[in-house]
Amino acid sequence: MSTIFGIPTPALYGQILIGLINGSFYAMLSLGLAVIFGLLRVINFAHGAQYMLGAFAAYLLLNWLGINYWLALVLAPLAVGVIAVIIERTMLSRLYGVDHLYGLLLTFGLALILEGAFRYWFGAAGQPYAAPSQLTGAVNLGFMFMPVYRGWVVVASLVVCIGTWLLIEKTRLGAYLRAATENATLVQAFGVNVPLLLTLTYGLGAALAAFAGVLAAPIYQVSPLMGSNLIIIVFAVVVVGGMGSILGAIVTGYVLGVLEGLTKVFYPEASSIVIFVIMAIVLLVRPAGLFGREE
Amino acid sequence: MAVGTEYLAEQPKLRTSAIVLSAVAIAALLAAPFFFYPVLVMSILCFALFACAFNLLIGYVGLLSFGHAAFFGGAAYFTAHAAKVWGWEPLAAILLGAAGAAAMGLVMGFLAIRRQGIYFAMITLALSQMFAFICLQVPFTHGEDGIQGVPRGYLLGIVDLNQPLAMYYFTLAIFLFGFFAIWRIVHSPFGNILKAIRENERRAVSLGYRVDRYKLGAFVMSAALAGLAGGTKAIVFQFATLTDVAWQMSGEVILMTLLGGIGTMIGPVVGAGLVITLQKYLAASDFPVTVLIGIIFVICVLLFRRGIVGEILEFMKRKPKGTA
Repeated sequence: MSTIFGIPTPALYGQILIGLINGSFYAMLSLGLAVIFGLLRVINFAHGAQYMLGAFAAYLLLNWLGINYWLALVLAPLAVGVIAVIIERTMLSRLYGVDHLYGLLLTFGLALILEGAFRYWFGAAGQPYAAPSQLTGAVNLGFMFMPVYRGWVVVASLVVCIGTWLLIEKTRLGAYLRAATENATLVQAFGVNVPLLLTLTYGLGAALAAFAGVLAAPIYQVSPLMGSNLIIIVFAVVVVGGMGSILGAIVTGYVLGVLEGLTKVFYPEASSIVIFVIMAIVLLVRPAGLFGREE
Repeated sequence: MAVGTEYLAEQPKLRTSAIVLSAVAIAALLAAPFFFYPVLVMSILCFALFACAFNLLIGYVGLLSFGHAAFFGGAAYFTAHAAKVWGWEPLAAILLGAAGAAAMGLVMGFLAIRRQGIYFAMITLALSQMFAFICLQVPFTHGEDGIQGVPRGYLLGIVDLNQPLAMYYFTLAIFLFGFFAIWRIVHSPFGNILKAIRENERRAVSLGYRVDRYKLGAFVMSAALAGLAGGTKAIVFQFATLTDVAWQMSGEVILMTLLGGIGTMIGPVVGAGLVITLQKYLAASDFPVTVLIGIIFVICVLLFRRGIVGEILEFMKRKPKGTA
């Protein structure tokens, strides 16, 4: 069996793939956080809960209504997006005038409510969710066997990330969004409905998190705590990347995921903290983040 | 957010009433173990000190730390280890916990103050999560089991802390010491500079203050005092576990402070009392505590951001103007 640095290559490739999968979720979630933060100036602590909500929506759609994975991939983000829009209209929009920290505290409270409620109803243990039959099995890539579903997650997340980036950088709606990020008052004076834009942005960000949740359901088990464990790591990813750039958030997500996977191969004890260590180093060397700008 | 104590100092009448109120409060605390379950009151005192230490940062420097559980829980581990494995005297063990928390505060603060506002909150949260992962893995914390059966020992080798009343008055003494220390810090020239940074950081810089040093100083003091609370809790409850370092604990101390009143001296004490009492009564029922904590968070943020004590002080401030 061939080895690299004394590590069997299949193990190495396997961990890189797992890292790439984790990185896909980091990228999708930090992208959503960055989009919401860019316009609303709110750190959406409920992002993890919305991701969990997406996974549970898929699980419940399947078990209660018999709705399959592919429809859930559309319906779950839609449902979570609608809930997010209601939250933004009824609560979050009241806090735009006060210190930004209150937005963080509000969404933190919402995350606790959602997690606590789902834990109460479903228990802390994970619920299994089967991958769709079209995506089961594995393919031989020549150097390793790859489960089809994992390949699909990487592709789907790349498509979503690039799609979101195109939406923001290349469309008229995206132009409004970027303009409002720079100077909301001026854009409003030009006749753009900025409050509506804020609402839609929050809905879109939450829908992205829910989409990631549905993708995650067959890989990780569907559990009430799946979001909060992830979101803190995503915060570190966001600090490393800096929230100034959409592309930066995406790239940082994938790179850190792969680095974490590699750490699992070479020094497993440190794999759970490696992203935080990288964050600390980046803060020392480049406080604004790799792609960020000083504010 | 600046309310309360500055205003009280300007009003001689209110000042006397504040002194009278403090005397009554201390008398009530001295009598408390005869009327309430001492362990509950001790628990409230530990968390009240923790919340006051947290409030030193958010209320007087304007820094939201989302990682204070690391100092509280870290100190609990250090104290528990020193008391159980090394057989240290309880006060020395608690002081070691506070010193350890201060050292952690120095490292975490040094990294976190490099960013402002919302990033500061995210960085402190991430660093404390890192510490929680480390606590899960290193042997001396005993992973999921935690450090159990910590001896309360003899205070200074003389007073048997297994006596409930002795333990209570020792806890009360530590709380009063910590509370007074915070009061002194806030009302010192150093505290005034902290408040200046909170109100307008750029102006403080332009006046020639090395803002970062003041922030770091306040961060270390807050961490040390949070550690004092955590170490005391380890001696009172005789264990230290992962619960104390988890991010939920950081959230709880934020809630206590927010509910009582950010930037008021006694707000965090009131908030801690309410949250701990509520948790105790809910523990017997079926209702999930997390949901209730979340609901209180949402209500506080949306309806009364000044907190209970903050709203009362604001009401008192308004009334004399109306009658005069």
